[in-house]
Amino acid sequence: MATSEPDQARVIAPERLAREEAPAGVPELVQTPSQTVGPFFGSALPFGGGPFLVSPGAPKAIRLHGSVLDGAGAAVPDALLEVWQRDAEGRVVAEPGSRRRDGGVFTGFGRAATEVDGGYEFRTVLPGPDAGGARWALVTVFARGLLHHLFTRVYFVADGESEPSDALLDRLPPERRRTLLAHPDADGAYRFDVRLQGEDETVFLDYPGPR
Amino acid sequence: MTDEPTQRLISGEIAEAHRAAAARASRHPSREFAPYRSSALRHPTHELVRVDPEEIERVAPAFGHVDVDPYESDLTIQHAGEPLGERITLTGRVLDGEDRPVRNQLVEIWQANASGRYVHKRDQHPAPLDPNFTGVGRTLTDDTGAYRFVTIKPGPYPWRNHRNAWRPAHIHFSLFGNAFTERLVTQVYFPGDPLFALDPIYQSIPDQAARDRLVATYDHDLTVPEWATGYRWDIVLTGATATWREDEHGDQ
Repeated sequence: MATSEPDQARVIAPERLAREEAPAGVPELVQTPSQTVGPFFGSALPFGGGPFLVSPGAPKAIRLHGSVLDGAGAAVPDALLEVWQRDAEGRVVAEPGSRRRDGGVFTGFGRAATEVDGGYEFRTVLPGPDAGGARWALVTVFARGLLHHLFTRVYFVADGESEPSDALLDRLPPERRRTLLAHPDADGAYRFDVRLQGEDETVFLDYPGPR
Repeated sequence: MTDEPTQRLISGEIAEAHRAAAARASRHPSREFAPYRSSALRHPTHELVRVDPEEIERVAPAFGHVDVDPYESDLTIQHAGEPLGERITLTGRVLDGEDRPVRNQLVEIWQANASGRYVHKRDQHPAPLDPNFTGVGRTLTDDTGAYRFVTIKPGPYPWRNHRNAWRPAHIHFSLFGNAFTERLVTQVYFPGDPLFALDPIYQSIPDQAARDRLVATYDHDLTVPEWATGYRWDIVLTGATATWREDEHGDQ
């Protein structure tokens, strides 16, 4: 990738510059602030098929699981995770129906609350590689105590594949990069722990835009 | 409990945090906000890493009528009887930073009942549950980005942040935009709540103008005669698609 030097990654891609020039006279509206999801979302946000982007028995189904941990290493039993990813062929899909799964339709979106032990799990497929060959899913983390959600990415490193490389990974030092990589364990499940704070704190992302 | 922080202590910390934040006007809360005790071990300490969004991040999951039934936007008709409390309508538009409607997108809400009690096993507030109120709703925005809920006005409730801590009345909102980077979970409040100044969650937003954006407006034109009072609350999701300047980009 062209953006392997740390500072290079902050350079605005030319196509973005062109796209982001606002037409004259367009009012710039101001962002509505975030507030915490709080402890009581349980009857509202999780839904039956939420963690099942595919059914567990589907061909190519994988398990993505892990724990959400706080700065003291304690389990976070009241977090909510969302994933948003390409399909197995690498396509970005626009299919409704995440809340009422029809087994055959892959929507790319899933939602799972953590259990009392801080654990979560999704059943999904390995996202097809992006243009640079990396397979990853966007992960969003909500929890009581988080006044603003956190974005991160999980990069899947299948057996026999080399570690992925892209504009984000390439500018992270190895000990930080490691927090975004999920390798299959003996059962073929991919483990991705989210550490909100502390020594092995997960890399969380920020996107250009108004603060 | 002798070491339980008092409201006076928390209010002092809020004022101090606001003074410290005055130099950098932010449109969002600080993730680290000491007066909100639960944030202490749950906020990242590393700087967020800035990335240009990839294709999957510049679009959002699609939702449709398969996901939401029309009656789910009325929280007062989910049981055999009518819930107790002040019936209200809550209406607004979801827009992006350039005034474009966010169409056909999922809006989810949840709230306490009129007594300030959630239907949740961990809500220990000794206020009555209402057998006719669950406090959960969802809808899709229409072609103009508009949403409308019928519900009852939630009550304030106590929580354990500090001694005699009370949350102002609020309704939780979960929103998707046109891009996944616009994802937002927030809370809407009601005008004139006496608890605003005391609440470390509302006050976690350092800028008063930004806090005001979370307060719905009473709108008599939305009030339905002989039936329900009306409130308006518009939501703006700018995320990564809004105009930004190079100087903002460089100022991390």
